[in-house]
Amino acid sequence: MVTVETETIQQIYNLLKTISDPEIPTVSITDLGLVRNVEFINNKVIVTITPTYSACPAMHFIEREIINTLQLNLFENVEVKINLNPAWSTDWVTKEGKIKLKESGIAPPLPIINKVEFKQNTITCPYCNSNKTILKSEFGSTACKSFYFCEDCLTPFDYFKPI
Amino acid sequence: MHLKNDNSLFEYLVRLGDDRLILGHRLSEWCGHAPILEEDIALANIAQDCIGHATHFLNAASEVENKIKTADELTYFRDAIDYKNLLIMELPKGDFAFTIVRQFLVDSFTFLLYEKLQNSGNKFISDITTKALKEVQYHLRHSSQWVLRLGDGTELSHEKTQNALNILWLYTNEMFESDEIENSPSLKNFITKSSDLESEWENKVISHLQNATLKIPEMQTNYLSGGRRGIHTEHLGHLLSEMQIVARTYPGAKW
Ligand SMILES: [Zn+2]
Repeated sequence: MVTVETETIQQIYNLLKTISDPEIPTVSITDLGLVRNVEFINNKVIVTITPTYSACPAMHFIEREIINTLQLNLFENVEVKINLNPAWSTDWVTKEGKIKLKESGIAPPLPIINKVEFKQNTITCPYCNSNKTILKSEFGSTACKSFYFCEDCLTPFDYFKPI
Repeated sequence: MHLKNDNSLFEYLVRLGDDRLILGHRLSEWCGHAPILEEDIALANIAQDCIGHATHFLNAASEVENKIKTADELTYFRDAIDYKNLLIMELPKGDFAFTIVRQFLVDSFTFLLYEKLQNSGNKFISDITTKALKEVQYHLRHSSQWVLRLGDGTELSHEKTQNALNILWLYTNEMFESDEIENSPSLKNFITKSSDLESEWENKVISHLQNATLKIPEMQTNYLSGGRRGIHTEHLGHLLSEMQIVARTYPGAKW
């Protein structure tokens, strides 16, 4: 049974899909797994989001974008809640999100297998698909990325590190 | 000190926040000065994480006190005597070896602490530490690897790392002091006492330092402490004057 409410929530999700993380403009906040919950109660929209990293500077920007986007689409009463727990995991990035990351030159995160040990898996170059890549630094251009180098096409690239 | 309703939760959140804020500030001083570009980026990344943790802890502290002061006010308008960070956090950044050894000693402590606190029955404490633990985990990985590389590296890197360890060791006992705040009736069921972490920390840290061919300094009976009571080294005042000058010169300024 499809109620008016589930339709409305679907409509809200579709709008949230158009908003992206300003640091990774090609990937939407829903594809990154940042949207944790959407409620529609008494004409009020409550969107719960979670930051990728504790100090994610994009959180307030995203919060404003959500409010603006929904208000432009006639949802006047919008609240954004920020939740830290459960902590965001790269396992929440959708399949579509991973494809879009690769298309923008960022190697998508591998699934998390072991939480404690940093297992250095083979990371495939997003440009030429070579596996001859080396880790240059666990820290990259933003908190969520590590820095790799492809020895085949000689291109440096970011790897979205699994957390 | 005047008595009001039990403020031990506020005090505890401020301690956790101040530790991260002051360490984060020290790390940020490397931005543009690190020995190699990759480390410049790494230390700036770690600094950013630390300041993120501080923001969450101080926001929580602010909420606990019904927003009498905001997190920004706590940061920019408290004097040294009201800062409750451990002394080890405020020591000047020193050379790269000093920064790395401090980071390793502190990361090891923070990792064990947050691992326990993530199961706290207090939602502020469990939420923030659950999130932060993931980040501290890779900070610890980073500092552990560097301790090995520097300690078991060249003669010069070994010497600098050993010197750093000899100084920093004097500040490690303070991490495991449990005082009346940690033991207060309203808090003690929500936290793990720092003193309960000591033996596990010691086992892990000592074996790693030995792997890095470093000599463990003799345990001091006279170690340095006071940060939790607001008694600081002169270094904190200098750090605060730099960190707070803009907010104090132009109160209410936004940027
Ligand atoms: Zn390539």
